[in-house]
Amino acid sequence: MFQVRVHGRGGQGVVTTAELLSVAAFSEGRHAQAFPTFGSERTGAPVVGFCRIDDKPIRTHEPVACPDAVIIQDATLLHQVDVFDGLAADGYLLINTSRSLGDLGLDSFVGRFDRVMTVPASELAMKHLRRPLPGAVLLAACAALTGQIRLASVVAAIEGRFSGQVAAGNIAAADAAYEMVRSQMKEPARAEAD
Amino acid sequence: MLKQIEGSRGVAEAVALCRPEVICAYPISPQTHIVEALSTLVKSGELAPCEFVNVESEFAAMSVAIGASAAGARSYTATASQGLLYMAEPLYNASGLGLPIVMTVANRAIGAPINIWNDHSDSMSQRDSGWIQLYAETNQEALDLHIQAFRIAEELSLPVMVCMDGFVLTHAVERVDVPSAELVDAFLPPYEPRQVLDPDEPVSIGAMVGPDAFTEVRYLAHDKQMQALELIPAVATDFAAAFGRDSGGLVRPYRCEDAETVVVALGSVLGTIKDTVDELRDEGVKIGALGLTSFRPFPLDAVRTALGHARRVVVLERALAVGIGGIVSANVRMALSGIQLRGYTVIAGLGGRAITKTSLRGMLTEALADRLEPLTFLDLNRDLVDRELRRTRTTRRSGPAAENLLRDLGHARIG
Amino acid sequence: MGQQRIRFYQTGSFAVGNRLLDPDQRSVQSDTRRTNSLNSGHRACQGCGEALGARYVLDAVMRATGNQMVAVNATGCLEVFSTPYPESSWQMPWLHSLFGNAPAVATGVAAALKAKGRTDVRVVGQGGDGGTVDIGLACLSGMFERNDDVLYICYDNGGYMNTGVQRSGATPHGAATTTTPAVGPAPGNDFGKGKNLPLIAMAHRIPYVATATVADLRDLEYKAKRAMEFRGARYLHVLVPCPLGWRTASNETIRVARLATETGIFPVFEAEDGDVVDVTKIRKRRPVADYLETQGRYAHLFGDHPREDVIARIQAEADRNVRVFGLVDSAVSDGRG
Repeated sequence: MFQVRVHGRGGQGVVTTAELLSVAAFSEGRHAQAFPTFGSERTGAPVVGFCRIDDKPIRTHEPVACPDAVIIQDATLLHQVDVFDGLAADGYLLINTSRSLGDLGLDSFVGRFDRVMTVPASELAMKHLRRPLPGAVLLAACAALTGQIRLASVVAAIEGRFSGQVAAGNIAAADAAYEMVRSQMKEPARAEAD
Repeated sequence: MLKQIEGSRGVAEAVALCRPEVICAYPISPQTHIVEALSTLVKSGELAPCEFVNVESEFAAMSVAIGASAAGARSYTATASQGLLYMAEPLYNASGLGLPIVMTVANRAIGAPINIWNDHSDSMSQRDSGWIQLYAETNQEALDLHIQAFRIAEELSLPVMVCMDGFVLTHAVERVDVPSAELVDAFLPPYEPRQVLDPDEPVSIGAMVGPDAFTEVRYLAHDKQMQALELIPAVATDFAAAFGRDSGGLVRPYRCEDAETVVVALGSVLGTIKDTVDELRDEGVKIGALGLTSFRPFPLDAVRTALGHARRVVVLERALAVGIGGIVSANVRMALSGIQLRGYTVIAGLGGRAITKTSLRGMLTEALADRLEPLTFLDLNRDLVDRELRRTRTTRRSGPAAENLLRDLGHARIG
Repeated sequence: MGQQRIRFYQTGSFAVGNRLLDPDQRSVQSDTRRTNSLNSGHRACQGCGEALGARYVLDAVMRATGNQMVAVNATGCLEVFSTPYPESSWQMPWLHSLFGNAPAVATGVAAALKAKGRTDVRVVGQGGDGGTVDIGLACLSGMFERNDDVLYICYDNGGYMNTGVQRSGATPHGAATTTTPAVGPAPGNDFGKGKNLPLIAMAHRIPYVATATVADLRDLEYKAKRAMEFRGARYLHVLVPCPLGWRTASNETIRVARLATETGIFPVFEAEDGDVVDVTKIRKRRPVADYLETQGRYAHLFGDHPREDVIARIQAEADRNVRVFGLVDSAVSDGRG
């Protein structure tokens, strides 16, 4: 089983990100489950989305305590919420930011994780979608980083949920993110030095 | 057809496939997505002929369903928590009149204090209302149970509530198989009422019954539920034959055959329990789980058969009978009367607290060593509770308890 | 124009006999083929205004719908005395659910019939003032605002009579009930409280609202028939004296109801889409005392320590009704001098 936790703020599409991840996995014939932390949603309040992917039926519905990957859609949460809780040293950490980890004051935090990737998802979203909704970008980045889902599945999930310009924009942003992460992964030294 | 959809959506599609003629519901978290989806299906014309009535309260919702069902229409509503309480009077009325209404209860805690998250206190509070109560373990089962529910209800002329964990199941996006219209139509024929308001054959329904016949009327209600003990598994068998999967029935044992310890529970927590059971089995522990799908009627014989040979039974329940302890465990104990074994009641997951595998393992370790108290509250914050108890002992004007606890929690987090 | 204008040349008689009229002008009640929707043998008190009103109205509705009607009844006197186990006096399909939900249940019946394409079958919801203006008000308002195709009839005797004459939101000011007893400095039901359901119904802008009493059979039958000409939510508010609760003689029911209209205490009118379209004028205005002194529930206003002040307040309310509804033509004397 592969478990993902997505952290963000209300209004940023955290729930959609987790859902589309599950839809992408579903389209590949796998079992997948997605759900948010529930509550009175408020724009701007911290929100968590969960996603589990497996090849056999997923029986449990408890929140993801030990994620294999953590996606952080809003870097301002890093000092407010323990976003790393339960993530093993070899877990994947994907952070939406255009700044360096040092600038974010995260060097000490992330030093213990081996597989950290930053992606300027909001900027890519603004460029291709003209909205700061980084979900699709992060999904593609997650696909590239973890190899759990194919880019084509992410694209299909986007097309299933959105249409017209919104779908096209999301797909363009996703494509760009995928390439960006793939190329960054070919140069691991550069990723860690940032 | 396999779909990756929200549990609520699956239920809405299943209900729509059953061709309800009247849907009347009042919104309450976490049932809202179900009725929103159904209202869209009706408004767009996809679900027709069907009247969707936007009622002004849950009391009205059940009342509209009563009128519709008495006029011979297949009727459906959904609610949770406070809404179920608000319709308590018509709830009893519906079962007393023998109207085959089907209702989804998206299980949610009852206040005060107000809490929108999952537990079973709502449906448990109405366990004696005369309604059949079925509890879904998964979103697939939730979907399937609605189809079975209409058939069971209409055959017996008794209403059925399908319970599914609010948010946990309703708001989880998962893979479900939504059956085809042809399959459902073949399984669920049009509603043939036993009694109906028909100008061509007028009847009076709802007269007062005095001491001379009331007992007999109530006996017949109980008898219907005894018939349900036979019908529920029969319908589940038919369902399996028609749709190709196991859903429903009275109980579902998991690795119980040679189990010395069995964990009994209802609803989605059974998934986590099964994962825990598998882990412990790998470590050589003879442990199993028993899921109760039908809570009313309570399957005394089936429970006795599944548990009778065990040495230890742990009943994990998401509700609390304040003043005595467990609700499900009291019913289980009745099934085991005369049999000597160790029984433990564990109150867990109240108000949406997550029941984790870690906590379950810890609790079961204690149970296996028979170190558990007869009544335990899983993951109780003893410190928080003691602080409030101290406060109430020392100050008369100690203030609202819930707010005190929240403030203490806040301090703990900041400090 | 509203009701038929029939002049009876037999004075001093309350006969509803129609031998002088053409058959098509005769009342439903005079027809031997009337359905007797509420059949004899029920257990109502002698002189019960509600039993009279229910029979009049429902027979008229059955006539208007070709006997294609379903009735939903709230808990109350009508439900209790009409279905004494194991008998029923109802001749048409009838459903009793609870005290406060008759309008919602009626909505459900109407929805079912509509889904089944049986719009030829019409739905009536009915109850006393307690079940309508108090405990049933939320459901009634819901039915109104959705414009559900139901005629709701309120039989108003100003109190919870079946449970022993307790005060309701429709109990008139100054009247004694068991929970507004005639004791203390302000005996009887308080002024400044209470609801006017016909006005509330009109505020919902439903197609048809009308008031009527059991004193005028033809008017009542006409309004029931008129109501059935509309689709959507309709409301009929019928004043029905209760000999037990009002402490009137059981053979005075119709006369007392007539006094209620002649004093201006109970305005009789019709409204469509929220506007009054017709009013029954008072031919000869009577002072409210003429009405009040017929009833034991107002006895504390008379006798050794009369309460002229309370009577004056009730008179002022009646005067206001006359003014607001235009119940008296200026050419006619108000008969109070």
